[in-house]
Amino acid sequence: MSLESFQVLAEPDVQRLFLRGLGTTLTLFITSSVCAYALGGVLVVFRMSGRLSSALVAAFVEYHRNVPSIVQIFVWYFGVPQLLPGPVQTWTNTHLGPFFFAVVALSLNAAAYISEDLRSGIRAVSTGQLEAARALGLGYIKAMRLVVVPQAIRGAAPALINQALGLLKATSLALAIGVNELMYVARQLDGETYATFPSYLTPTVIYLVCTLTLMFIGSRLQRAANKTR
Amino acid sequence: MLDILSDYWLLLLVGQFPQGPLGGIALTLVMSIAALLLAFPVAVAVAVARTSPIVWIRRAASIYVTAVRGIPLLLIIFWSFFVLPLVTGINSSASVTVVCALVVYEGAYLGEAIRAALDALPTGQTEASRSLGMSYWTTMMKVILPQALFNCLPSMMNQFVLIVKNTSLAYIIGSQEVTFSAHSINAQLLTKPFEVYFMLAGIYFVMCYSLSRIAKLVERRVERKRSGQLAVQGGRNSTLARASS
Repeated sequence: MSLESFQVLAEPDVQRLFLRGLGTTLTLFITSSVCAYALGGVLVVFRMSGRLSSALVAAFVEYHRNVPSIVQIFVWYFGVPQLLPGPVQTWTNTHLGPFFFAVVALSLNAAAYISEDLRSGIRAVSTGQLEAARALGLGYIKAMRLVVVPQAIRGAAPALINQALGLLKATSLALAIGVNELMYVARQLDGETYATFPSYLTPTVIYLVCTLTLMFIGSRLQRAANKTR
Repeated sequence: MLDILSDYWLLLLVGQFPQGPLGGIALTLVMSIAALLLAFPVAVAVAVARTSPIVWIRRAASIYVTAVRGIPLLLIIFWSFFVLPLVTGINSSASVTVVCALVVYEGAYLGEAIRAALDALPTGQTEASRSLGMSYWTTMMKVILPQALFNCLPSMMNQFVLIVKNTSLAYIIGSQEVTFSAHSINAQLLTKPFEVYFMLAGIYFVMCYSLSRIAKLVERRVERKRSGQLAVQGGRNSTLARASS
């Protein structure tokens, strides 16, 4: 663990490698979190309407809760293309890389958790709110949209930020299917230069900077949520 | 899917065990149980440190927890893959490495669960035992921890489910647990990736879902005990007791 091994980080090639890895990680994170929050919102609507759709969403949530994320990624990357008909399969093989399937698997997984957080946020809003809004003449949809959902999101905000944190960390799993994100790059550098300490210290610092920022935002929102209550 | 299961069930269950090292579901479970048992004392220590009256102990513990929460488990696994041989001087196997990484990881997460249980106890418990002349440690060992650890049994079970799921990462550094078995089955069959990986997902689902169901049962029992209804044994008796009281 000599200090000389850190000289590897001064090389422009290595810096470019890490920057590219960070870029991939952040793209993966942002794309899948946008998809996950949107899908989570849709799922919670289905969860709260109708018996059949509610049961389907519940099954979806249980699947994603009880199967490791990495296995979900494998099912999507190795498994699902096989189910598609021939011509579509050749198209996916040439056009959609591991990055696409990583986004699909990660955002479906996060969406399951997000929909549960949103649901418990909605349940935490007292029924009097909805009743009062309805009594004032708002329709169900409008009462939900203007009165219940804003309060639910404010209450669930810390948990929702926590899901973003988990998603950011989960992007590291994409290395298993060969997406060249931060961890993949670190392992590559370690393999090529044997500078193990700097190759793993760099992603550690980068992850910590990103996650501490998210945790800071989360604790701010928590404080704001506590104040309004 | 069933024909794969009937052809390869032994490989999925124990890996190449009689001839080679233990693997498959058995290794997944052994690793998970070892990680839980070893992480438990670490987690209790972290929880006690997080609620310690001494500022710097509290701060050190919270730095540890924040750091572990801030980096992916995969990174912790890579670190222990690299650091463990430096510390112990011997090259440990992939499974041992992952168990160590899980102990570091769960020390923080399980520690937070136990801390939540410590915080949830009414302060009157500490105050009463301190005013009866017990020292801080006696209070902890005889009064606070027994109650807090019992109350957080359900969240410990939930952490165990998380551990089982997290052992799947061991595949990346070459431990031969059930994900690895599925991978080698897929490499032998080549044409049925969906069946193999969906079956793997099914195996994890059965394990984790039943564990979380058990956790639910334990939770109900703990809640009943906390509200003081377990004194009368059995469901019907307790409803009778409630009706008559």
